[in-house]
Amino acid sequence: MSALKLAYWPGCVSRGFTPELHGSMALVAERLGIELVTLDRANCCGAGVIAEHNQELADTLNARTFALAQQTGLAMMNICSTCQGAQSECQQRLDADSAYRAHINEALASEGLEYVKGKDGWTNKNFLWILVEDYGLDELRAKVVRPLAGLRVGPFYGCYIIRPKHRLGYEEHPERDLYLEKVIEALGGEVVEYDGARKCCGFPVITMNRTTSLRQAGTHVGDALDAGADCLVTPCPLCHLNLDMQQPEAAKIVGRDLGLAVLHLPQLVGLALGFEPAELGMDKHIASTAWVAERLAAVTA
Amino acid sequence: MAEFTLKVRRYQPESGRGPYWEQFKVELDPTLSVLDGLLQVRDRYDGSLAVRCSCRAAICGSCGCKINGQSTLACLTQIGDAQERANRLDGGSQPIVVEPMGNMPVVKDLVTDMESTHWEKIRRVTPWLLPAGDPPEREYIVPPESMIDVTQAMACIQCGACVSSCLSMEADPDFIGPAALAKAYRFVGDPRDAATRSRLYDLAQDPHGIYDCTHCFSCVDACPKGVAPMDQIMRLRRLAGHDHGVNDVNNGRRHETAFVKIIEKKGTLDEAMLLQESYAQGIAGKLMPSAGAIKGLVGSIPTAIRGIRTGKMRSLRKLIPGLHEKLPGDAQDHVKRIYRHAEEHRQQLNLYITGEEEEQAADGAEARDERLAGQAQPGAAGPPDDAMGGAATDPASSAVGGGRQHMDKLTEGGSETAGREPPGDGEPPA
Repeated sequence: MSALKLAYWPGCVSRGFTPELHGSMALVAERLGIELVTLDRANCCGAGVIAEHNQELADTLNARTFALAQQTGLAMMNICSTCQGAQSECQQRLDADSAYRAHINEALASEGLEYVKGKDGWTNKNFLWILVEDYGLDELRAKVVRPLAGLRVGPFYGCYIIRPKHRLGYEEHPERDLYLEKVIEALGGEVVEYDGARKCCGFPVITMNRTTSLRQAGTHVGDALDAGADCLVTPCPLCHLNLDMQQPEAAKIVGRDLGLAVLHLPQLVGLALGFEPAELGMDKHIASTAWVAERLAAVTA
Repeated sequence: MAEFTLKVRRYQPESGRGPYWEQFKVELDPTLSVLDGLLQVRDRYDGSLAVRCSCRAAICGSCGCKINGQSTLACLTQIGDAQERANRLDGGSQPIVVEPMGNMPVVKDLVTDMESTHWEKIRRVTPWLLPAGDPPEREYIVPPESMIDVTQAMACIQCGACVSSCLSMEADPDFIGPAALAKAYRFVGDPRDAATRSRLYDLAQDPHGIYDCTHCFSCVDACPKGVAPMDQIMRLRRLAGHDHGVNDVNNGRRHETAFVKIIEKKGTLDEAMLLQESYAQGIAGKLMPSAGAIKGLVGSIPTAIRGIRTGKMRSLRKLIPGLHEKLPGDAQDHVKRIYRHAEEHRQQLNLYITGEEEEQAADGAEARDERLAGQAQPGAAGPPDDAMGGAATDPASSAVGGGRQHMDKLTEGGSETAGREPPGDGEPPA
């Protein structure tokens, strides 16, 4: 495999309330040999909220990010399911209509930018998709120094990376909603099946209907615990906010004790690559990750 | 011919037994449907298997169910595809799992009670036209292009697949839900309707209304007719929050406007600011905060304290609204320029109406315009107009606020007889 070099959009939340995600991604990319060129001038994807306000505004803001990535001559990588979904939605409209694309590009011209529809389709992929489709699971397996043997991991995808299927390239890659399971297995872990893996964490309505929101998060965490999970893993920092940061509040709504570690995808990969939990920022989580460390120590000992 | 195993969730209330799983082997061509498989089970093995169906062609909307966990129509799912999906999910040769629709009571086997949930919610949104004044002597006359936008919501066949898949409704059974809200948009977007504002006000203020949708896209994937109910909900939000300025008690509009303003000022998200402004917006919001705002802000304090304790929020710029850095160099000025451009035009592109450009036609708008004319009214396409100089370039002439690009491009000859609903807009029974 030739070395991977990608334009990197970290998103807002990975540098805000989940700084451990951005930090662990940098460590893991380096150890995997993936070179990341950070797009530090790029802007928020709008998370669907800006599109709800003004569709053209969301499309132009994301066209700007794509154009900045295209200036580097590289494909783009994100580390947030929500960025993936919101950006794919805008890219679908931009790619669908050349007159519309030209109109949007007018707004980018003063910065010397232009979003060009790739002949073979310019790509913007979540780290999860990059791992499986571009890096390769065999390559990943070869890099594992601490197999996650005995660690029971529940996958949690986040809606924006699995629906809607047509927009997110499932015709070409029909197994994209099974990649977390594949990665967990490649790292030596055990996949826990539970009801919530492909459901919604509830985050988008946390300020609008807190009960609906936290009941979703609490239910999924509870289901994973009942299925025997040691932890969850998610490629979406917004899911992490509801599943981890709000977990004590969600526990009150669903009326039961929770207390389940929720790892960001790069953290789970990082553990298998030999990083220590603290290096990966796992001590910054709200739900304790101590149990994960204990399980791993018990197995390696 | 191939053999398939259907694993069906059975429930026979008269037996006094709870629900149970039963497997059946069926033999049919892989291109036939899961419904064909179920009917074969009923014919050959068990006449008591309850399945509701009629047209077998995705028109009547009777055979909604879950296949391998996905809400859909049994007649629209090829059994060969369902088998592939089942195998992929669990590896090896697995049975195709068929269950009744979710979020509804089960009457028997695959038959659910649509009345108590689906139709009840449809009636909740006043699903009929509320015109101003007396009806005209003959039909209503409206510009044809003003009706194009609601054709997507009209395509609904009331099968309930979206309701079955709705993840907000799972957590909040009172949520009005995707089918009913799509139906609401069908009337909000109708130029003949005179109750637009009160409809929007009602749906925005209801705690189980448009702001209870968690944006999970489940209904978009479940809908067999491309209605994309979630997109209709987002249109309702855009109209309520932006065009009609409904300041809802659910913080929906405040959250949206705060988010949009923060990105204009900072480029990336100032989370502390978003939280503060979503609850107590502007000076007025802070001088006279509502009970809900105080509750919301106080409710977020324990979370913030936990975040400071672990270190994830141990930084002033994450705690104090406004300290968040803007984009480097002149990048923020360019973002602001984008805002001015987009707020001036506010174009909306609905791919359901306009379709996606073919690769070969990527450079020419011509082919697209022809397709547009054809889509506006199949079989009644008129000559395409100039690409940008169509009849309805004035945004004010569009039915529901905002210049709509797809409307701008539609031709006068493209459709006819506005007011006559195309088939498929199934109305609830009287």
